[in-house]
Amino acid sequence: MAEFTLPKNSKVRKGRHYSAKPGAKQVRTFHVYRWDPDTGENPRMDAYEVDVGNTPMVLDVLLKIKNEIDPTLTLRRSCREGICGSCAMNINGGNTLACIKAMHDLPEGDVKIYPLPHMPVVKDLVPDLTHFYAQYASIKPWLRTQSAPPDRERLQSPEERKKLDGLYECILCACCSTSCPSYWWNPDRYLGPAVLLQAYRWIIDSRDEDTGARLDDLEDPFRLYRCHTIMNCTNTCPKHLNPAQAIGEIKQLMVKRAV
Amino acid sequence: MSAQPRQAPHDMRTPLKRVRGLGSAKSGLGHWWWERVTALALVPLCLWFVWLVLRLPHLDFASAHLVVATPVNTLLLILFTTIGFWHGQLGLQAIIEDYVHTRWIELVLLVAIKFLAVIGALACALAALDIWLAVY
Repeated sequence: MAEFTLPKNSKVRKGRHYSAKPGAKQVRTFHVYRWDPDTGENPRMDAYEVDVGNTPMVLDVLLKIKNEIDPTLTLRRSCREGICGSCAMNINGGNTLACIKAMHDLPEGDVKIYPLPHMPVVKDLVPDLTHFYAQYASIKPWLRTQSAPPDRERLQSPEERKKLDGLYECILCACCSTSCPSYWWNPDRYLGPAVLLQAYRWIIDSRDEDTGARLDDLEDPFRLYRCHTIMNCTNTCPKHLNPAQAIGEIKQLMVKRAV
Repeated sequence: MSAQPRQAPHDMRTPLKRVRGLGSAKSGLGHWWWERVTALALVPLCLWFVWLVLRLPHLDFASAHLVVATPVNTLLLILFTTIGFWHGQLGLQAIIEDYVHTRWIELVLLVAIKFLAVIGALACALAALDIWLAVY
């Protein structure tokens, strides 16, 4: 039945406090979720007082913590410019990319940082996205055709290409899916906004010939229709895309072919 | 957030096998469509029902009885209650599927709301017909 509390081994405890060095000028406190699978201890919130100075982005602060205060802090990061999606995490209650979350956009006061919500944690701020990636693989995200391959590029008019705008930019950071309550409650069966946006990207591609089969695969009370237009996905997308609209378009196509 | 792996130790299936599961149910559009069609029908029916109810307090029992028992009002009452129950159980079904994850409780609830909706709609329709037949 419903679980109203976290399991015993998931209860988050108060962690260590790292005070700022004497002489620090611009101190802000970062509360960061820590969990180490090797110790067998419960997760904890460590507090770091950081002299932020002119540090531009939240990711820079996290790396400052890792470099100068606590090298055990574990997080994913790669491109530091919002194109790889590695540093997706929950900052002050919202899922976003740490590398493009500017410090001056944060409200005054302490900053709280958690891994993406409702995902298994590998360590600290690193979530296990295996299931999310498998869901992406399940929609067969590649061009599916029956016609013989042309001798040149597959042509597409500027109008047809335009339909992919707002879809192809998705970097699969999982911010949207892990902000969606429907995905929290039914991650095993609901595909979630990111994967549905990617599915729509292939459904609407003028070069793809497997549209009907793609819709067949999605027509399911859980895979598609767990979306209740909550809109958290669109609110949180760090790339300012609109997964909710893409899902709405898929639902419209379902109607179009049946009614 | 959980320190537990999603995969149980005895589960050797690949992630893709678990995601694909039993495949698509090839349904769900019907529920989505009728949820919206019934909602649309309930917009005028709700307005009419409020208007009907607001007329009644000023009347004594006999004249209130006559107002409700007109053929148009009887028909609209039956439509309002039947579509209301229909829409209600569609919504409850979505809520149960969202939140109830113990399979047998989920199934019991899903069947129970169907039964209760049919009983409720039939009882309301019989009551409206009873009022109508008492007059005509």
